[in-house]
Amino acid sequence: MIRDITIGQYYPVESPIHRLDPRVKLSGTMIFLISLFVFSGYLGYIIAAVFVSCVIKLSKVPFRYIVRGLRPVLMLLLITLLFNLLLTREGEEVFSFWIIHIYDEGVIMAALMAVRLVLLVLGSSLMTFTTTPNQLTDGLEKGLGFLKKIRVPVHEIAMMMSIALRFIPILIEETDKIMKAQQARGADFESGKLLQRAKALVPLLVPLFVSAIRRANDLAFAMEARCYHGGEGRTKMKPLRYQKRDAAAYIILFAYLGVMIGSSFLF
Amino acid sequence: MEAQTKAGDLRECMVLDHVNYVYGAGTAYEKHALQDINLVLRKGEFIGLIGHTGSGKSTLVQHLNGLITPTSGHIYYRGNDIGAADYNRKELRGKVGLVFQYPEHQLFETTVVKDVAFGPKNMGLSQLETDMRTFAALKEAGVSETLYDASPFELSGGQKRRVAIAGVLAMQPDILILDEPTAGLDPRGRDEILERIAKIHDEGDRTVILVSHSMEDVAKYASRLIVMNGGRVFCDGTPKEVFEAYKELEDIGLAAPQVTYLSEALKNAGIALPYNATTVEEAKELLLADWRGGGR
Repeated sequence: MIRDITIGQYYPVESPIHRLDPRVKLSGTMIFLISLFVFSGYLGYIIAAVFVSCVIKLSKVPFRYIVRGLRPVLMLLLITLLFNLLLTREGEEVFSFWIIHIYDEGVIMAALMAVRLVLLVLGSSLMTFTTTPNQLTDGLEKGLGFLKKIRVPVHEIAMMMSIALRFIPILIEETDKIMKAQQARGADFESGKLLQRAKALVPLLVPLFVSAIRRANDLAFAMEARCYHGGEGRTKMKPLRYQKRDAAAYIILFAYLGVMIGSSFLF
Repeated sequence: MEAQTKAGDLRECMVLDHVNYVYGAGTAYEKHALQDINLVLRKGEFIGLIGHTGSGKSTLVQHLNGLITPTSGHIYYRGNDIGAADYNRKELRGKVGLVFQYPEHQLFETTVVKDVAFGPKNMGLSQLETDMRTFAALKEAGVSETLYDASPFELSGGQKRRVAIAGVLAMQPDILILDEPTAGLDPRGRDEILERIAKIHDEGDRTVILVSHSMEDVAKYASRLIVMNGGRVFCDGTPKEVFEAYKELEDIGLAAPQVTYLSEALKNAGIALPYNATTVEEAKELLLADWRGGGR
C-alpha cells in the first residue's frame, strides 16, 4: 500500500539520461520548470511536451510507471481544473445552468493549467526516476559548492539530505513490519471513528520512533568510528566530472531554451 | 479408513492449495516470492520451516494468518477459505499467532503486563479473561514476576523477546508461528527460548511452526521439516528423510547438522551406523549401541 507510491522513486535501467551528470539533470529540470512558467503559450507547451516526451523515450522508464506516478497529483489537478472552469468570467458564455456559468476563456485556461501541471510533475519526477538520491545530493553538493565561500555548510546540508532520503525507505519498511506485527496481535488500523483510529496509531508510532532513534544513534556511532568530521578536507572516491555527453546535454538544453524564447516572440 | 481419518483431520488442519504470491507486479521490482505451494499443516505438529534468506519462508508464514493474501490459490483453515471476502481475518489472527522476527521491536506499552494484554484486549475479551490469559502467557514464556510492572524498554534483549512472545501466546492461538525466534541471541538465550518453545508445544496440543536457518535447532525439536528454495517447497519430510539428502541441501546453500556429517565420516572410516544421526543425542545412542554390539 505505501509501496505503491511511485512518484519520484528511482527506476533502475541503463539509459543515456541515467548516465548524465546529476548537475546537468538538476539544472535541466530547473530550466524546464522555469520555461513552463515564463513561456506559457500554446506553442511553448507543445514544444515543452515534445521535449519531455523525447526525454522520457530516451530514459527508457516505462510510460505506465510514469503515469502511475501522476496519480497522487490527480486530486490537485481536478481541483485546479474545476476552479479555473467555474471562476473565470471572461469571453463568451458557452454553458449555463443554475449558478454554474462556464465561459470559453475558462475552458482554455483550465486546459492550459492542466497541461502545465502535468508537464511540471512529469519534468520533475523524471529527474528522480533517473537519478539515485545519492547522485542527487552529490550533484547538489558540487553544484552549490560555490556557496561554501560565504560559509554555507553545503556538505553538511547535502549529507543530512542524503541520510534523510536514505531513511525514507527504511522507515517505510519498518512501518510496514510493525503494522503487520501489531495486526498479528489483533490491532485494527482501518476501521473505527477518527479518535479511535488516532488511538490505534499509538502501537505503531511508539515502536517506530524508538526504532528511528535507535537507528540514528547506531548510524552516528558508525560514522564517528570511521572518523567522520564533516566536509573539511574530505575527498571523494568517485568525484563528479563532466563528460562529453554532459556537454552535449547542455547544448540540447540551451537549444530548447532558445526555441522556447523564439516561440514566445512568434506568438 | 485411511481416507476417512484424513478427511477428519483436514477439518483441523491448515491447507495451502496452489498458493502463488507476486511482489510489486508490473514494476521493475516484480518478484515471484511464492510459487505453487501445496501443504497440509496438521494439528499438533512441530514443523521446522527452513530456507535461505529470500527463499520465501517469511512471506509464506504471513499468508497463514491472512496478513498477505495470495495472488492466486487458496488457503483453508478448518475448512474455510481465509481469503473469502466475508472471512473474519481478525479472529483468525487470534487463532494463528505469528511472532515476527525481532518481535521486541513491536513493544510499545508502559508496562510489560499492559503490553502482553494488548492482544487479548483486541480480541474483545473481558478484563478478567484478559488478565488470566496475560499472566498465563507471561508464565508460559518464562518472564520473571519481578518484571511484570517494569517498562518493556528497560529489559535485556532476551527478556524483551520473551515478553513479545508472551504477547502472542496471550491470544492462546491454536497454531503458533515463530519467525527466527533466536536471531541475535547468545547461545544461552537461544537454548532457553527453544526449550521454552518445545515445552509450549509439548504441554498443549498446539501446532508450532519454527522458521529458522539453523539446522541444529530445527533438527533437535521439529518432527517435520519443510525446506524452501526460490519460493518453492524444496522438500518436506521428517528430519531424517530431509537430511538424508544433504548433498542436495548443499546445492541450495543449506547444510545438514554437523552430526550428520560426522556419521557420514564414521561410515567412511568403517564404523557404519544403521542411519545418519541428526541430533547429538541420537548419535550418542547409535554409537553406544554399535559399540556394545561390537564388543560382544
